[in-house]
Amino acid sequence: MANLTPELERARKSIMKIAEQVGLDFFQTVFEVVGYNDLNKIASYGGFPTRYPHWRWGMEYESLAKSYQYGLSKIYELVINTDPCYAYLMEGNEFLDQKLVMAHVYGHCDFFKNNQWFSQTDRKMMDTMANHATRVRRYIDRHGVEEVENFIDLCLSLENLIDRHAPYAKNKVQEQKEEAPIINPEIFSQERPKLTKEYMEEYLEGTSSEAARGKDQKRFPSEPQKDILQFLMHYAPLEDWQQDVLSIIREEAYYFAPQGMTKIMNEGWASYWHSKLMTERIMDDSEVIDFADRHSGTMAMAPGGFNPYKIGIELFRNIEYRWNRGQFGRDWSECADIQEKANWDRQTGLGRQKIFEVRRDYNDVTFIDEFLSEEFCVEHKLFVYKFNERSGQYEIDTRDFKKIKQQLLFQLTNFGQPIIKVIDGNFENRGELLLSHDFEGVDMQPDYMVATLENLQKVWSRPVNLITIMDGEQKIYRHDGKEIQTFNLSTLPKGSAEASED
Amino acid sequence: MGILEDHRRFKDIVRGRIKHNFKKYVTNGEMIGKQENDLVKIPVPSIDLPKFKYGPKQQGGVGQGQGQPGDGTGEGEGQGEAGNSPGQHMLETEVSLEELADILGEKLELPRIEPKGLSQAATEAIKYSGRAPVGPEGLRHFKSSYKEALKRSIASGTYNPDDPVIIPIRRDMRYKSFKKTMQPRTKAVVIYMMDVSGSMGDEQKEIVRLESFWINTWLKRNYKGLETRFIIHDAAAKEVDENTFFSTSESGGTLISSAYKLCKKLIETEFSPAEWNVYPFHFSDGDNWSGEDTRLCVKMLTDFFLPQVNMFGYGQVESKYGSGQFAKDLEKAFPESDNMIISKIENRDKIIASIKDFLGKGK
Repeated sequence: MANLTPELERARKSIMKIAEQVGLDFFQTVFEVVGYNDLNKIASYGGFPTRYPHWRWGMEYESLAKSYQYGLSKIYELVINTDPCYAYLMEGNEFLDQKLVMAHVYGHCDFFKNNQWFSQTDRKMMDTMANHATRVRRYIDRHGVEEVENFIDLCLSLENLIDRHAPYAKNKVQEQKEEAPIINPEIFSQERPKLTKEYMEEYLEGTSSEAARGKDQKRFPSEPQKDILQFLMHYAPLEDWQQDVLSIIREEAYYFAPQGMTKIMNEGWASYWHSKLMTERIMDDSEVIDFADRHSGTMAMAPGGFNPYKIGIELFRNIEYRWNRGQFGRDWSECADIQEKANWDRQTGLGRQKIFEVRRDYNDVTFIDEFLSEEFCVEHKLFVYKFNERSGQYEIDTRDFKKIKQQLLFQLTNFGQPIIKVIDGNFENRGELLLSHDFEGVDMQPDYMVATLENLQKVWSRPVNLITIMDGEQKIYRHDGKEIQTFNLSTLPKGSAEASED
Repeated sequence: MGILEDHRRFKDIVRGRIKHNFKKYVTNGEMIGKQENDLVKIPVPSIDLPKFKYGPKQQGGVGQGQGQPGDGTGEGEGQGEAGNSPGQHMLETEVSLEELADILGEKLELPRIEPKGLSQAATEAIKYSGRAPVGPEGLRHFKSSYKEALKRSIASGTYNPDDPVIIPIRRDMRYKSFKKTMQPRTKAVVIYMMDVSGSMGDEQKEIVRLESFWINTWLKRNYKGLETRFIIHDAAAKEVDENTFFSTSESGGTLISSAYKLCKKLIETEFSPAEWNVYPFHFSDGDNWSGEDTRLCVKMLTDFFLPQVNMFGYGQVESKYGSGQFAKDLEKAFPESDNMIISKIENRDKIIASIKDFLGKGK
């Protein structure tokens, strides 16, 4: 076992035993005590001892190191989802802090092991990351740091274009390639035909694919694909090393995805358990005040802020309370009497069992969708804020329960990022890429969108197109490597579908 | 290798040494302008790679707390991103000026400072450098006490290498003790002059303010009892207080001699070079009104300033109307002068280098 002092090791053993007694189930967990500088290093690397060389770890390091130096913040705990789990304790933290962290970490480890969204993650990621680092270093030796880093930058600009649900689908991630259509390169030198309204309309309805490219050609990809990184890996004209780098970025993005999908739950769960174990089993009387100070520090919500720890722990407590008293099911939801609801207690005692089920089956979206109740929103004073153009500040918009829930779910779905799919890898039969943004009422940030399209074009090498809605109008943006062009879908010139054929 | 290499690379990008096309993704904040109660915000630079993402303003988010619909939420930005990917955020750190000066704690110095003045009264400084056999327990020095105990037990033959237990006794104890040293106090004054004329754009003024601010902060911290004076000028010069100096913007023509005249008057009336170490610094974009005025400035420098002051610093920012002439004129007039320092500040990133020009050791 790692380098714990005898005192910490005793604490660890007893906390582990207590955690097991209450039903937490975790991989072997290795604690290591490290100095602040090492901890900052490891944290900059996302919790891993080695990563591929890239400046963004340096950026993370700078901000962590600075904020530590000035005493603004420090990292208490760091734990990574591997088997065995590795967790780091900061050297010099008070004994109480270390105990709290250990209890918290066992909560996380239980969550990693049992939450179904983590079931597909690579539990040997420590080795995999080291392997990735070696591969990237080899490419750097061969092709130079500039070239490799520039390509990594391109990939990172696209790293959120993965399909977060793919690993759980029945047919898993499609690893087989589809047959890419053969494009006659002569067509590239011909002048591009005008994009017409009819063409796009028919195209989007799916009726034109046959008309435009002949009956024997299927759409490519046959279904819209959210895993754009994979699509690029398979079909973009990349060199072997570039393909490998892209696959590394993609693999790591998939590894971290479940942590983003369960942030509220994971932190809520760990906080629930550290609080319960500390107050009921672990602490001395003399430590109560310090514990309360630390705990409330973590749970505090700045006015107008949103703290996943707080929302998470309160929701878990709320669920436990409701299921202990039988506040669920049809009778409960149909009851309109506030008085009766307040005193509702069917002595069901199912709370503990329920929260364990919830931590197994849910992710943040389904968690909020199912358990965020109106009473909860009122009790915790939640609100929706919006930006007010006139006053130039963020303002409370509403405290309406439905709106709050809608807003939260919107933020959580797909990581709070726009959903974008490849719908055609051979747009207009010219080998161009066509992406489509599933518009959900919020525009993308235009400058970022254009810059990202430019990066995507560098990877795809042929022009790339994106359909989205901007300022209320459906538009196509095209980047051909030199410049960005915008077409307003409703004002495209008229022309016959045939005319747009090459 | 490893994180330090990554860190170095990141800093190189931020400073624009490599990957110039990344400059547009770097968020760089102000160093001053937000000084309140001795606190400034030092933003940590961050590079935000472009991604497909929602525009922030339309998005809104969920928060918690008191208030009616329509009430502002204070700083609401960024809270909507529950479960966002780690990393790319802007972090503003609040630190005191003292600490900031430590960051700048490079090896700088006021060159050729000399003991001057009637009040050669030395100041007493206390330094904990000695060891004494008596003292308060709070100052007990563990290592020397241990050494003493070890020495004694070896000498008396009670030391057993197989069971190296050392038991210190009263007379083994050693305590830190202080020594008084006398340090001569030196009188020094720094006079800052800044061109605030219309030809100085906002960026130029900002650069000048940043640079003089840092010089001032650094000097104040490192030289106790340092006097400072501030002069701003366009076609006319006036003496202002520190706050005004760092916040005023005027606009008008440029007569550099106006500032030099005022500075000369100040030195003659208040800071006689016989008693004071005098350090005038002048910052401008180098666009003087006329060659006539420049000649006047050169004359004043030759006759009055350079023979009397310890050092005269001139910093020139890149003018938005092309490179200013004044620095060239000075270089021509004083090719060999050893107490005239001319520094050019092309952009923000050159500020530190320019400060080193002025205060770097060995000048």
